[in-house]
Amino acid sequence: MRNKTSLERLAEVEDVILRLENIKKSFDGVTVLNGIDLDVKRGEFITLLGSSGCGKTTTLRIIGGLETADEGRVILEGVDVTNEEPNKRNVNTVFQNYALFPHMNVEQNVGYSLKIRRRSKEDIKKAVSDALQMVQLEGYEKRMPNELSGGQRQRIAIARAIVNEPKVLLLDEPLGALDLKLRRQMQIELKRLQKRLGITFIYITHDQEEALNMSDRIAVMRNGVFEQLGTASDVYDRPRTSYVAEFVGSANIIRGTAQGSDENTVRFVNSCGTGEVSRNGAAIKDGEDVVTAVRSEHIDLCSPESGAKGLRGTVKEKSFSGGMLRIEVGLEDGTSVVSSRHGINADWVPGDAVIASWDPEKAVLVDLEG
Amino acid sequence: MKKKKAAGNGAFKWFVMPIYLFTLFFVIGPLIYMVILSFLEREETWGVTNTFTFGNYLSIFDPIYLKTFAESLRLALISTVLVAFFGYVFGYFMAKLKPRMRKMMMMLLMIPFWTNSLIRLYGWIIIFRANGTLDSVLMAIGLIKEPLKLLYTYPAVVVGMIYALIPFMILSVYSSVEKMDWHLVEAARDLGATPAKAFWTVTFRLTLPGLLTGIILTFVPSMGLFFIADILGGNKVVLVGNLIQEQLMKVHNWPFAAALSVVLMLIMTVMIWAYRKIAKADELEARL
Ligand SMILES: Nc1ncnc2c1ncn2[C@@H]1O[C@H](COP(=O)(O)OP(=O)(O)OP(=O)(O)O)[C@@H](O)[C@H]1O
Ligand SMILES: [Mg+2]
Repeated sequence: MRNKTSLERLAEVEDVILRLENIKKSFDGVTVLNGIDLDVKRGEFITLLGSSGCGKTTTLRIIGGLETADEGRVILEGVDVTNEEPNKRNVNTVFQNYALFPHMNVEQNVGYSLKIRRRSKEDIKKAVSDALQMVQLEGYEKRMPNELSGGQRQRIAIARAIVNEPKVLLLDEPLGALDLKLRRQMQIELKRLQKRLGITFIYITHDQEEALNMSDRIAVMRNGVFEQLGTASDVYDRPRTSYVAEFVGSANIIRGTAQGSDENTVRFVNSCGTGEVSRNGAAIKDGEDVVTAVRSEHIDLCSPESGAKGLRGTVKEKSFSGGMLRIEVGLEDGTSVVSSRHGINADWVPGDAVIASWDPEKAVLVDLEG
Repeated sequence: MKKKKAAGNGAFKWFVMPIYLFTLFFVIGPLIYMVILSFLEREETWGVTNTFTFGNYLSIFDPIYLKTFAESLRLALISTVLVAFFGYVFGYFMAKLKPRMRKMMMMLLMIPFWTNSLIRLYGWIIIFRANGTLDSVLMAIGLIKEPLKLLYTYPAVVVGMIYALIPFMILSVYSSVEKMDWHLVEAARDLGATPAKAFWTVTFRLTLPGLLTGIILTFVPSMGLFFIADILGGNKVVLVGNLIQEQLMKVHNWPFAAALSVVLMLIMTVMIWAYRKIAKADELEARL
């Protein structure tokens, strides 16, 4: 009993609506989740970001009660719901594969949770039409799911999940099937919806841009653990590990051995040359291994004749995408770095010898593995 | 299901010709013969005369025969309801088994089909007869004091009907439960449905086509299965099938037997028509 009281106080004082404590889960002896801890504040927008198969969906299913954790606790509004049935949790899910009921029309699908709760016909009708308006599908009430496009189905799935205003909404790649334009539009719409209804969102996406745009906090997942949990600028500008830097910021990972560092800057050497990175309080001594992450837009290229310090290499490939010119430089040790800039003009052609360097302030020290 | 193939090209036509001929000679031909027969008058002892009459149909309205029809319908209804219930439960859980267990159950269901159905029925006689297997077992465990003497009773016939018909129900339900997308049940649970509610609103609705098919596969034959009533019911349970057999083989009243058959067929046709109507109206096959 005492335990429960302290949980309830946590929910009140800290306004933590959902807490995951050391969640572990394995399937057939294979560990899928290996100790997930998370505190979600009321009204927060949390994104789980990570490559395929890292356990995102499993995490959501455990929160929703569709899967039971092997270890750990799920606490919703100060109540331990670890062993509670899914229908007893005030949590709804927008499924990765929509999971619309094929034998019900749009109106019946969206109104399902209200009908289960025995709300009056008029109430249901009103709530359904409000929800459909939110996802901009008014007038589709009588359509069957198989008469809708993929994007429309996804929006119906969203409407169905928000119609009874759950405390926490779990969204498993809700915009995955939409084209870029509709995707952007729906991102804005979802964010607005979340603000207006004050619902807490736990959101899964593969798309780092989407994560950076929408989230209050992002959890970068890898092999069943949160490799980093923080705000968009935390994970983007101050990645803790090389995986986060690569996955979120598409950063270059450069390794070397510390040499000639001072209190503000860590300097390192490797077989291609030298590099610098601002220390930011890291206790790295000369002779130790250094791993640093530099995003491609911060990599400058100049010719070896200029005498600049940096990493020696040759231009391998030039490509142009999304308004950015991408230059891939093969370094002497066989690794490569990417430099990107706006515009399509660049003096370099494949085969040119170059020196790659960067402003130490723009580089961050990271751990190689979590 | 609109899967009609364009049968226009010549080679295909020649290929299906034997099927048409077969149908003509062995299905449509006898059918027409039977209908004609049912409108003819009976010869005193054997065969028919060429006089047209409605008399055969009118005599069906004799209370004795009407009662036989009612009795047949009642038995078919009772059997179908029981088969639907047990068959659905069985088919449902079979579809939820692990693949290997599923295969084994399927084998167990199919094996009896390799034995003659009459022989299997005689097996039931051994079980049901006074002081037979069932009585001995029940008395041994002390559930009953006196033998039940179930053989030649109504319940024995019902059990025999269920036994003969339930495999069709099981397979029909199984095939539609197997196609279930279980994510839909999770979605229902997630939206607040209890397991029972999720079953009725989602699983049951989506497997209804299988159940309906099973009901047709049970009800229609159960109207005509006269030999089960014969063997397990003695002469206590008389069904339309028994009546037709009797009129044809013993009384030699062919036109009346034909008229009875025509009416029985009409009842079955109406059943199938109603089923298709329901199935279509529901558009149950509509899936994502
Ligand atoms: N019911 C299950 N039985 C066995 N293995 C499972 C089950 N559910 C998930 N897994 C495994 O757990 C791992 C994580 O799955 P999960 O669905 O959580 O990944 P995800 O991060 O959502 O991936 P994606 O981005 O591709 O959706 C995968 O390797 C998957 O094969
Ligand atoms: Mg997933």
